[in-house]
Amino acid sequence: MSDLMKVSSNPHVRSRTDTGSIMLTVVIALLPAAGFGIYNFGLDALILILVTVASTVLTELLFEKICKRKITIGDYSAVVTGLLLALNLPASAPWWIGVVGGVFAILVVKMLFGGLGQNFMNPALGGRCFLLISFTSIMTNFDCDAYAGATPLANLKAGESVNILDMVIGRTSGTIGETSMIAIVAGACILILMGIIDLRIPGCYIVSFVAFISIFGGHGLDAAYISAHLAGGGLMLGAFFMATDYVTRPITKNGQYLFGILLGILTGIFRIFGPSSEGVSYAIIIGNLLVPLIEKITLPTAFGKGGAKA
Amino acid sequence: MNSAKERLVNGIVKENPTFVLMLGMCPTLAVTTSAVNGLGMGLTTMVVLALSNVFISLLRGIIPDKVRIPAFIVIIASFVTVVELLLQGYIPFLYDALGLYIPLIVVNCIILGRAEAYAYKNPVLPSLFDGIGMGLGFSVALTCIGAVRELLGAGEIFGIHVMPESFVPVSIFVMAPGAFFVLAVLTAIQNKVKIIGEKKGRDMSKIQSGCGQDCLNCADSGCAKRLYDDKEKQAPAQKKAETTQAPAQAPEQKAADTEEEMAADKQVKEEKENG
Repeated sequence: MSDLMKVSSNPHVRSRTDTGSIMLTVVIALLPAAGFGIYNFGLDALILILVTVASTVLTELLFEKICKRKITIGDYSAVVTGLLLALNLPASAPWWIGVVGGVFAILVVKMLFGGLGQNFMNPALGGRCFLLISFTSIMTNFDCDAYAGATPLANLKAGESVNILDMVIGRTSGTIGETSMIAIVAGACILILMGIIDLRIPGCYIVSFVAFISIFGGHGLDAAYISAHLAGGGLMLGAFFMATDYVTRPITKNGQYLFGILLGILTGIFRIFGPSSEGVSYAIIIGNLLVPLIEKITLPTAFGKGGAKA
Repeated sequence: MNSAKERLVNGIVKENPTFVLMLGMCPTLAVTTSAVNGLGMGLTTMVVLALSNVFISLLRGIIPDKVRIPAFIVIIASFVTVVELLLQGYIPFLYDALGLYIPLIVVNCIILGRAEAYAYKNPVLPSLFDGIGMGLGFSVALTCIGAVRELLGAGEIFGIHVMPESFVPVSIFVMAPGAFFVLAVLTAIQNKVKIIGEKKGRDMSKIQSGCGQDCLNCADSGCAKRLYDDKEKQAPAQKKAETTQAPAQAPEQKAADTEEEMAADKQVKEEKENG
């Protein structure tokens, strides 16, 4: 029977968009960042990305086979998780880091809570934070063939000068996918133009972050300092690709504004007052945990249920 | 002494305070960073638990009902202080490792729970063995959790290096989140074993506790015997409901159900013949 012959009650979904096509678009939008990472860090980065993606997809497949559930690897969500996780790893990390992180992200953060749509935390970020806490020295070792030494953000925190042009283009040390602001924003433009994400969360995130570091950063409205903070670290990747994750962001519009502002403030706190120079991952997973509360206080009143008296 | 043995088994397996009753989570999560710490905490708690059970049981005719909780706390706190000073004097490394969690044994809900649910209503000897059994169950659980965390987080068990050189310690396991992961997985495994056992028709017939069989006057709502009795009472009613709803059920599922039941029956018969 063709799709058109299905008899069902309204409302009818007339769009051809489904989970698979959305996730595939996200994968495509991540390709510029991944491609630049491979160009920047060489073959190691490519191998790490492939291993991580393979481990997330295989974990999901095996889990569903063993538990006799419906196989859902066709919706590409595991690929997105693997790719995002890989882009958050330093290129110098050994291959098994990708496997451990991928298995943790899918098995513990996603599947044990019921699979896609039930996970309370972004699986890729859950996996990354697990690795960051477990293998701190490996995860913060950004030495590789092309670059040596600390990330620009760490230099910035230490009070050294940074080259902002290099940071925007991405010719710096860092994780595989976070260095190039241009490549990430190019990917984000694809998502925005396709209507997959909107600017509510990333916009609020970036604006509130800028406001926070102008007030508390100690440099005032110094354009160079602020743009270095924006281009450095995982801010762009986090704002456009991870904070906007459908499952772990608030559903309500006001909630999304609130969520973005909260992330900006948390990231600012972690970057300026925290011991580490980076704070996007922790900010987003803490934000994820607060989503149920945010949704509770921003729930719109249903039509006919009263509300503000005119 | 049959009752004593039964109390020990009850504490270690059937009503294991950590994996089954889910009591005493604070020390369970906090001090199990290594197998030695887990064992030390478990045994310390066991000593306090056994002694306080004995004294509460001895004094159960004297302590007025209305002030029994403060009275329990005084007794428990005295023994904790004794144990704390002994540890400080004779096993200083354990005292340093456990730190704040030794005085916190006073508010460990296993001890207060056993005092309230068992020692206050039972004679001295069963109370002693109840305390030892529960304490051993707690020790076993804490040592298991500690061993897994130490193995994954440091590559060692009881301080002896066992993992190959190439193993990189997963240090999250010796931090707080690791305790939750390990406890969850061990509890899941234990539940799975129990479910398989129940499906095969085992265990259930063996569930009996040394509670004096006086369920009407018993406050222990988590008692295994009571749960079992309730299930037995509900079972015929459920079967009736099933037969009336049978036509609505999917035929496949029904077939599977009967097959399982038949298998279970068969096993029970076999066991009877063998035993």
